[in-house]
Amino acid sequence: MQFVNLAAEGKVNPLIPHTAELIVGTVAFTLLFLVLRKFVVPMFEKAFTARTEAIQGGIERAEKAQVEAQRALTKYNEQLSKAQSEAQTLREEARVQGAAIIEDLRAKAQEEAARITATAQASIEAERQQAVTSLRNEVGALAVELASKIVGEALDDQARQSRIVDRFLEDLEKSK
Amino acid sequence: MRVLERSAEGEGFVPPSTKDFNLPPIFGDNVYTTKPIFLVFLSVILISTFFILSSRKAAIVPSKFQFAGESVYSFVRENLAKEVIGHEFMRFVPYLFTLFTFILVNNWFGIIPMLQFPPMSRVSFPYVLALSAYLVFHYVGIRKQGAFKYFKEILFMPGVPKAAYILITPLEILTFFVVRPLTLSLRLFANMFAGHLLLLVFILGGEHLLQGVIGLKLISPFAFAIGIVLTFFEFMVQCLQAYIFTLLAALYIAGALADEH
Repeated sequence: MQFVNLAAEGKVNPLIPHTAELIVGTVAFTLLFLVLRKFVVPMFEKAFTARTEAIQGGIERAEKAQVEAQRALTKYNEQLSKAQSEAQTLREEARVQGAAIIEDLRAKAQEEAARITATAQASIEAERQQAVTSLRNEVGALAVELASKIVGEALDDQARQSRIVDRFLEDLEKSK
Repeated sequence: MRVLERSAEGEGFVPPSTKDFNLPPIFGDNVYTTKPIFLVFLSVILISTFFILSSRKAAIVPSKFQFAGESVYSFVRENLAKEVIGHEFMRFVPYLFTLFTFILVNNWFGIIPMLQFPPMSRVSFPYVLALSAYLVFHYVGIRKQGAFKYFKEILFMPGVPKAAYILITPLEILTFFVVRPLTLSLRLFANMFAGHLLLLVFILGGEHLLQGVIGLKLISPFAFAIGIVLTFFEFMVQCLQAYIFTLLAALYIAGALADEH
């Protein structure tokens, strides 16, 4: 009402507030404040939190995966170098063992050869001994026989002599 | 209505004045049915609807609509609240957010076709807003430091020689209890008032020129052109004023929260 009067009078001080507008301003502002605080701010904050978490979670996951990968790589590298050194050791061992085996075999073969040679020599010796013994016996017997034959028959001529020898040889042949 | 008024008044151009800001009630004598009051309620409905709809899903990957709402919210949250107030900022985000959007949208009404009236050029609304900031920052200061310490530090600024209190104490009282709320409200009011007046001058002036003789008719497009340029300028001022009001409110809160002024 006051406002209408002022307007009619034509002298309006724009710095004088109006009761209605003060009330409306307060109500409207409070209303907006309550609505935004209750419905809008929590939702936006929720979105921000979720987003931050999502991004942080992603980064953490990536970091974890990287650490994991790094660890696996280190492990594989370690295993690889271990395997390589192991193989090296094994090769070395095998070489040494091989050399030892060859040496062993060679020694054994030499030993065997020596043994065989010795055996052969012994048997040859034995046989020779036996031959000598039997020959000696035979020669003795033969000499005795021949002597007895010569003694038994008169060896007056060449023909007889040769006959005797031939006969002796024939006997010898037969007796064999 | 205005045109009718003009023609009734006759040929002479009546420059826009403070009377142009006193709009009559739309429904009879009810003073709650004026255009600024409707606009203020409209702004509450528009802001609430926009932000409720855009924040409803709160998705991690926002839609364009959610992003639009979020941009405004995070602007107030990060650039105004967080940077100015510091670690306790979250408590004041709803208030500063309401302040910023409320002022911004009401200011925009000044250049939105068909509405074209800035409610903040009605001094009552800036008064209410400044009063809210005034209450908030004093309340926060008292809660934080205790009433005695808070007022003592305002009245007797620490680290000042005693003799200087004769000069400083009245100035501090003036600053904290009179100048701050007054400048806060008057800055917003005056900017919106002057801006609207300026637009009225050029647009109504152009309209009046159009009704004059042929020579004046030719000038009138220039008046309209300036009116349009000023509309863009006004848009800038409207955004800036919303920002400044919120920034100062945040600064006052930050000052009350700080242990020493």
